[in-house]
Amino acid sequence: MIQDTFERINQMVLKEFIQIFRDKRMKAIVFVIPLLQTMVFGYAVTMDVNHIPTAVYDVDRSYESRELVRRLTAPGYFDVLYRPGSPDELRDLLDRSKITFALQIDRGFSADLKRRIPTSVQVLVDGTDSNTGIVALDYANRIILKFQRDLSATRPAPAVRIDLRQRAWYNPELKSKNYNVPGVIAMVIMLTSLLLTSMAVVREREIGTMEQLMVTPLRPAELILGKTIPFAIIAFFDMVLVTVFGVLVFDIPINGSLALLPLSTAIYLLSILGIGLVISTVAKTQQQALMSTFLFYMPAVLLSGFMFPIENMPEVFQYMTYLNPLRYFLVIIRGLFLKGNGMSILWPQMAALLVIGVAVISFSALRFRKRLG
Amino acid sequence: MTDDQDHIAVKVESLSRKFGDFVAVDRISLEVKKGDIFGFLGPNGAGKSTTIRMLCGLLIPTAGQGTVGGYDINTRSEEIKKIIGYMSQRFSLYDDLTVEENINFFSGIYNVPQARKPARKQWVLEMAGLGDSRSALTRTLPGGYKQRLALGCAILHEPSILFLDEPTSGVDPLSRRGFWKLIYEMSKAGTTVFVTTHYMDEADYCDRLALIYRGSIIAEGTPGELRRKHMTADVLEIETENVVTAMDALGRSGIETAIFGSVLHATVGSAREDIPRLKKLLADAGIEVNRIEKIVPSLEDVFVTLIEQS
Repeated sequence: MIQDTFERINQMVLKEFIQIFRDKRMKAIVFVIPLLQTMVFGYAVTMDVNHIPTAVYDVDRSYESRELVRRLTAPGYFDVLYRPGSPDELRDLLDRSKITFALQIDRGFSADLKRRIPTSVQVLVDGTDSNTGIVALDYANRIILKFQRDLSATRPAPAVRIDLRQRAWYNPELKSKNYNVPGVIAMVIMLTSLLLTSMAVVREREIGTMEQLMVTPLRPAELILGKTIPFAIIAFFDMVLVTVFGVLVFDIPINGSLALLPLSTAIYLLSILGIGLVISTVAKTQQQALMSTFLFYMPAVLLSGFMFPIENMPEVFQYMTYLNPLRYFLVIIRGLFLKGNGMSILWPQMAALLVIGVAVISFSALRFRKRLG
Repeated sequence: MTDDQDHIAVKVESLSRKFGDFVAVDRISLEVKKGDIFGFLGPNGAGKSTTIRMLCGLLIPTAGQGTVGGYDINTRSEEIKKIIGYMSQRFSLYDDLTVEENINFFSGIYNVPQARKPARKQWVLEMAGLGDSRSALTRTLPGGYKQRLALGCAILHEPSILFLDEPTSGVDPLSRRGFWKLIYEMSKAGTTVFVTTHYMDEADYCDRLALIYRGSIIAEGTPGELRRKHMTADVLEIETENVVTAMDALGRSGIETAIFGSVLHATVGSAREDIPRLKKLLADAGIEVNRIEKIVPSLEDVFVTLIEQS
């Protein structure tokens, strides 16, 4: 009896693999999407602010003004691309998005400095991209303060001086790829498993083979296993693929125990495969399955802390994130890669994932069986 | 089980199925003997598929009971699924698998014993005439071959009862004839065949027939019985050069006629009295009659009469 069950599940899994590897679209989902996403998030989607296109409108043309510009450009944050001759020209550059940042040094800047009276420089920033704007202003602020301090150093030092020593733990160079690429593992697992599971089930219903299967001795539980095991295996494969790619190409550090990665992936997959099954009971065509998958996937990514910190969200949305399996898996996977966290720290996330996973997979299995009946 | 029931493959008592307020199948009862070809006929939407789906465990009956192979359809559908084969009009094969992969898959799903698998595969390939195209993708096969392969995959496990839901719809006439020959052979070998169709010409292949109309069985019996019992009127076949004029002439005298190819069929009360009357009518109209004789009514004639009566 039990051998019969194994044989039936085995046949389902085998068939599923043959179908995936024969279908170009499916192959793309398995192999291309993971690497593409890693590339995109490793290279392109960077939140680091560097090489800000800059214009300098230096009316003062003094040693001091040139020194300030030199200091501004030296670290590589600002690239001076334009030296406009008038305020109108400067405005035009900003309007046309040729520059994001502008420094204007008015006449009398060096004279004021020499006379030791307060003076000013103007800094303009394109605020449409608020994130870059804030970072650029912060860089400029720091550089100008340092300039002021160095000039003051020729005078007697102030009585109290606090020296700030900054260090970023876990990601010392504050590289966003280190933050993003482990997150890509979580996203890729979600996208591939959701798509493959929901599409594979719906396809069988579309072509009528689902009905044929239901008059064979194949039981509903065996059907569910046959429809999830192959995609779980593929999800593990993709997890390894992105990890290896991330480490080799993007130098992502692995500071924690690698053994926790497959374990947490397995727990995470319970929820994802369950959601895939639920989508397959809702969608009637493969197109609908695709649409429903993205309808779930987009908010799940946005409300996960993948790109936008959960703490910044309105309270209602913050509560919603507690239902999102991606939220927990991101904490686990970033903790594993960057912080070197172990079970002692990550267990609450693991437990939450397990609870959600068991609930979702049970619900989906029930719904799936009911839909078959 | 009594001795009597040993001969029964399918038995159904006041089986009903509702979809919301719509009664798809209304308290039907029937019995199918082992080894018989049982034809379940009726127009589209009459409840044929719903009945077959209840028997196969795809649908739960709203009321009534029944057994398939001695197993209760309400409680033992798992056992039923092991002894039946099912094939629907959609020929549910995997288009993106090869012929051989489809056979392998279904023999695994049906738990065909490892030792028997090669022989069964060979049998299906030969039966379907696909010995040379075992590694062809199923989607590339012509309809008739697909149909035979689907049938082969549905009977890999040598089921004792075979359910066929409109198996020949959308298949060319030559393939249809070949398909029925196969069914006939299987029935001779002891398999019970329960087949639905709306092709009335196929009804003559069956040992017994039931006609379902609007969810109820309105007639049951062998093809011969149905002809005798329900066809009280006689059908005359008239051969003439001018079929259309003849039809008009008879129609004016209130005689029901229909054109069948190059001949005319007329439904009359009694052949003996009406043949001379019709001859005279046609002669008066100046129509030359080559031949006029009583014929055996087709089952189509019978069913049209039955449905008009109900």
